[in-house]
Amino acid sequence: MRDISLHLSDIVQNSITAGAARVDIGFRLDDRKVLTVSVQDDGCGMSRELLERVRSPFTTTRTTRKVGLGIPLLMQNAQLSGGDVRIDSTVGVGTKIEATFHTDSIDCLPVGDLAETMATLVLTNPDRPDFSLSCVSPEGEMQFATDEIRAALSGVSLAEPEVYQWILSSLREEIEPILGGIMK
Amino acid sequence: MKSLAELEQIRKQTLERINLRKEDKADLTRIVVGMATCGIAAGARPVMHAFMDEVNKRQLQHVTISQTGCIGMCRLEPMVDVITPDGNKVTYVHVKPEMVSRIVAEHVVNGRPVEEYTIGAAEDR
Repeated sequence: MRDISLHLSDIVQNSITAGAARVDIGFRLDDRKVLTVSVQDDGCGMSRELLERVRSPFTTTRTTRKVGLGIPLLMQNAQLSGGDVRIDSTVGVGTKIEATFHTDSIDCLPVGDLAETMATLVLTNPDRPDFSLSCVSPEGEMQFATDEIRAALSGVSLAEPEVYQWILSSLREEIEPILGGIMK
Repeated sequence: MKSLAELEQIRKQTLERINLRKEDKADLTRIVVGMATCGIAAGARPVMHAFMDEVNKRQLQHVTISQTGCIGMCRLEPMVDVITPDGNKVTYVHVKPEMVSRIVAEHVVNGRPVEEYTIGAAEDR
């Protein structure tokens, strides 16, 4: 993966496969330049046994083949920067995955086009789940939530092209001042 | 978030458009982008965005864009299926954002698949 946003596209897919109704995404950059990316869902969760082997590239819930590289690739890139990945999960409650990146490391990936990633996630999952995004840095913070947008649109699908463009441009505008320094 | 009032405007415009579209659902063309780990790593997201952009620019009413998982030919990602109203499916491989406007113009709008981008052409090479 070339940037952290691409990892996000990938990891969120796990939440969707787990049947989540809500996926809360956070990007938090602290004053020591450590970026914490979190994805929390209310999907089916993982058993202790699955949780123990979920970091292995040879673990997958797919039945069509035997490898699953989403989490291993995320771990590799987080660890290259000096960070790590933490996963907490409870069956029937949900899963939280948290990756830390030391953004001052030469090996740290850029955040990438987070706005396009979020807009694409909403576009391709217009009915379920509801997404929220919160970005926090010493420069400020922003919040985004599809449940509010869904309510305002009452009946119009989030996959309509005009809605996609609106979400994309509003996210671009709001994310840039907060994470601008580490996006490219 | 940007003002939610703008969404009300979008809602009104879109509702009018949707009503037009509902009358002939049989005319729908589907564009499906592979977005599993392999597709995303190979650059599927900008491709998805390019299709959205092009459909928006041309104001195409009878096109839906969606995603699918990995179909097992990861070496050919990013892959895109175009399913036309006649039920025919054409699979494009190694799709880049620059290729999208041609696929939309020639295939989605005019019904002629872009042979050189298809999986058939790639496998012959």
